[in-house]
Amino acid sequence: MLAAMSFRLGQMVLVMFGISVVAFLIFFATPGADPSARIAGRNASQETLVQVRHDFGLDRPLPVQYGLMMNRLFVSRDLTSFVNRGQRVIPAVTGAIPVTLSLVGGAAVLWVLGGLIVGVIAGATRGTFIDRALMILSLIGVSVPVFWLGEVANLLTQSRWHDTWLFSWVPPLGYIPLTQDPWGWFKALVIPWFTLATLYVGLYGRVLRASLIEMMQEDFIRTARAKGIGERRVLLHHGLRTSLVAFVTMFGLDFGALVGGGALLTEVVFGLQGVGKLTYEALQTLDLPMILATVIYASFFVVMANFVVDVVFVFIDPRARDVR
Amino acid sequence: MSGVLRERPLLRTSDLSKHYHVGRSILPAQRRTVQAVDTVSLDIWPGETLGIVGESGCGKSTLGRCLVRLTDITSGSLEFEGRDITDASQRQLRPLRRQMQMVFQDPSASLNPRRRVGDLLADPFRIHERLSASEMTDRVAELLRRVELSPEHASRYPHEFSGGQRQRIGIARALALRPRLIVADEPVSALDVSIQAQIVNLLADLREEFNLTYVFIAHDLSVVRQISTRVAVMYLGSVVESGPTDLVFAAPRHHYTAALRSAVPIPSIDRARRERLVLKGDLPSPMNPPSGCRFHTRCPAATSTCRNERPLLQSTGDGRLVACHHPGGG
Amino acid sequence: MSVNAPLLVVEGLTVSFRSDAGLVRAVAGVSFAVEQREIVGVVGESGSGKSQTLLAIMGLIDSPNAVVSGSIRFMGQELVGLNRRALDAIRGRQIAMIFQDPMSALTPVHTIGNQIGEQVRAHEKVSARAARARAVQLLDAVGIANPDRVVDGYPHQLSGGMRQRAVIAMALSCNPALLVADEPTTALDVTVQAQILELIGRLRDQFGSAVILVTHDLGVVAQVTDRVMVMYGGRFVEEGRKGSVFRTPLHPYTWGLFGSIPPMDGERPARLAAIPGAPPSLSNLPKGCAFGPRCAFRHDACIVQPPLVGGNGHRAACALPETSRKFHIREVASIETPV
Repeated sequence: MLAAMSFRLGQMVLVMFGISVVAFLIFFATPGADPSARIAGRNASQETLVQVRHDFGLDRPLPVQYGLMMNRLFVSRDLTSFVNRGQRVIPAVTGAIPVTLSLVGGAAVLWVLGGLIVGVIAGATRGTFIDRALMILSLIGVSVPVFWLGEVANLLTQSRWHDTWLFSWVPPLGYIPLTQDPWGWFKALVIPWFTLATLYVGLYGRVLRASLIEMMQEDFIRTARAKGIGERRVLLHHGLRTSLVAFVTMFGLDFGALVGGGALLTEVVFGLQGVGKLTYEALQTLDLPMILATVIYASFFVVMANFVVDVVFVFIDPRARDVR
Repeated sequence: MSGVLRERPLLRTSDLSKHYHVGRSILPAQRRTVQAVDTVSLDIWPGETLGIVGESGCGKSTLGRCLVRLTDITSGSLEFEGRDITDASQRQLRPLRRQMQMVFQDPSASLNPRRRVGDLLADPFRIHERLSASEMTDRVAELLRRVELSPEHASRYPHEFSGGQRQRIGIARALALRPRLIVADEPVSALDVSIQAQIVNLLADLREEFNLTYVFIAHDLSVVRQISTRVAVMYLGSVVESGPTDLVFAAPRHHYTAALRSAVPIPSIDRARRERLVLKGDLPSPMNPPSGCRFHTRCPAATSTCRNERPLLQSTGDGRLVACHHPGGG
Repeated sequence: MSVNAPLLVVEGLTVSFRSDAGLVRAVAGVSFAVEQREIVGVVGESGSGKSQTLLAIMGLIDSPNAVVSGSIRFMGQELVGLNRRALDAIRGRQIAMIFQDPMSALTPVHTIGNQIGEQVRAHEKVSARAARARAVQLLDAVGIANPDRVVDGYPHQLSGGMRQRAVIAMALSCNPALLVADEPTTALDVTVQAQILELIGRLRDQFGSAVILVTHDLGVVAQVTDRVMVMYGGRFVEEGRKGSVFRTPLHPYTWGLFGSIPPMDGERPARLAAIPGAPPSLSNLPKGCAFGPRCAFRHDACIVQPPLVGGNGHRAACALPETSRKFHIREVASIETPV
């Protein structure tokens, strides 16, 4: 078990190394993406370009450039933005992490609960009116664009109905750190949470329903019914429990992707200075060091989430224990 | 016996082994090997039907696939009519494919559901022979008649047939190029009892008509006894006893054969109460086979010799081979 | 309930499924009784309705398109149309089931002990610890070595034979009066089958359970049952004591089944006396006797469904005059009983 774990960890490091190399090559070594031109500004003279190249080490061989870049990213952590001169990249990213984690974490709680409730109720009432109504609702949830939903939520809570009793509690857009004001943190995030979770509740509800219905056709469900244990227990203890495998896999990947910057639209709409928004702005200005940092950060979370899914898997599916 | 000596076996295996690696680990230490087939030496003579019996995991299906080179052989050798084909490439094997065919347990898995049966049966002709369209139709009709289906069936799709009929189609396809050897892997075990008997009869008829040699692999002893002229009993990858069918079944000498034989439930009340030899325990894991004689963990006659020394297949003088330190009565 | 009353009385049981092709009748009005401590074998091929009969007894036919009618009385209580709560009080406790494929019959994510304990605790007020202890006991009783280790194992860690033992242990956990088994050994190797059949035979002595054993294998029937019922096209075509059915089978289908099985000793016949054709499709059953189209003795009278009749508790549904059948029986017996 321990050997397998350390083996997996080694694999993770290898994957992240690969991602960093690829990201580096894309942004720094593809033809036409001359970073020095970006840094030097629009109408820079040849001399300035050469000067910039030398200052940033861009005239060195690629492996050296990569080494320098990683050194400044991870060891000296003094890599600075090309666009906002002097802005250090690492603190910018670490400052954005709590915002994104707060947003995605809260939404995840909502969508897991919502997905479970929708999936189980629809699966148990398959073919009935309740099932159909839930499936239509979740289809709507899946198809509504998150930025539209966010803007509508803002419109209602920030202006239209802001002065009514209903939404007067809603603070202005932006993030309030948890450590500073927990209640304020909660109030500022409630609406983004629901907005972000809507899509996933629909998605997870539908996936869980399908997987539950499939599981309920299995032979072991018949065995469970033959034991005389009652349908609720058959559904939850045998059907749902075995359906969770697909659910957990999906959750791990989605959670990782969202923390890695995938919650961009929600962050932009609600003015939350998270990793997604940071990446978005860096991309708009082609701020290469910032992009590199966020890409590597994102890959870390995706790989990490994969790892956590694997570990969780071992707990929810005993078959996985012996295969490894 | 001199006539027999001059004759050459159709297919011969010498110490044929097939090992699989299991587990996905990159670390060699965690990779485990299954000896699915372990040093099997068999001669298959023209015109005979060799039955291979054993329980699941004994390697009989893997051996069948090795015999027609559907899978690579780990070690040992395989000869077809004296020609070594152990390492022959797929290209080199191609002309031989006409001569050796395989019939599987579930024919539907190998019948493309989107194509008509007529087209499926015409494939071998398309690949190996240049025939006009009308010649092809005639040959297909002929094949269908041979397996007791009607030529009109050619325009139907596989799913329109019952299990027994699909197996007939599988046999027709194997028969198309007039092979000399057919390896049939559990050809009747998925079928209803009444249909099983039909297919067994059909295989026997075809054997007469086309002078076929069969390797008949099955776990059902009574079916193997019905169709085989000679049997080989396998346990954990190796042959433990082989010889003429009636001899082996009437008076088994290996204790495993005896137990297998006695475990078959007989549909008769007069013999149902006879003394049964019920084996203790489960089949050991093929990943970690027992030392010495692989059967010693379940054998009623095992001694310390059996635990330490692996018995070799030895002739008992009556035309059979037995791998046992303490063979039973016979 | 008197001591001699049958344990289970089934009358006119019909199981149909609504389909695009109309109403498909899988079981067409079968009636039978099972005595206490009796082992009854139900023999038939695919589509004969034998499994559906079992599932109907267990109340496990839950397709919304299924219609179950007729009467199934267990210890005097009607099971057809019984509500879920009352049904759950009976099944698992007084009637338990063993399934065909032990590989898929157990929930993969729970330990063997939990799955057995779950059934015990559904019917008896015992602690989790006591339920586990019972599970260990049961696993031991069905011949599993190291029961206290297996009890905490998961299904995938066990071989097919071991899993089937675990399923049987679970079925026995509340000492059921009736055990129904659907092809319990079909998925197993012969040596393991022999072990399981021996176990089932022993159950009656140890636990006093009656058993309904569904199988396609007459050999299995010969070995463990007291009485045999042969099913074809959703009906019983022959029924009687094992000795009488095996010595003097009365229905041409039964003859065909016997003739289809290659003998294990004596002379090998050049050809097996196979039954021509294939079992009928339920959606398109022939008129009258369903076996008619495959029967060598078919005649005009076969257009009408023959009733299940006969003396000495040995009945058959065949329109052939009994005298002419007696003649054929001798023929069949000569195939069946070698020197």
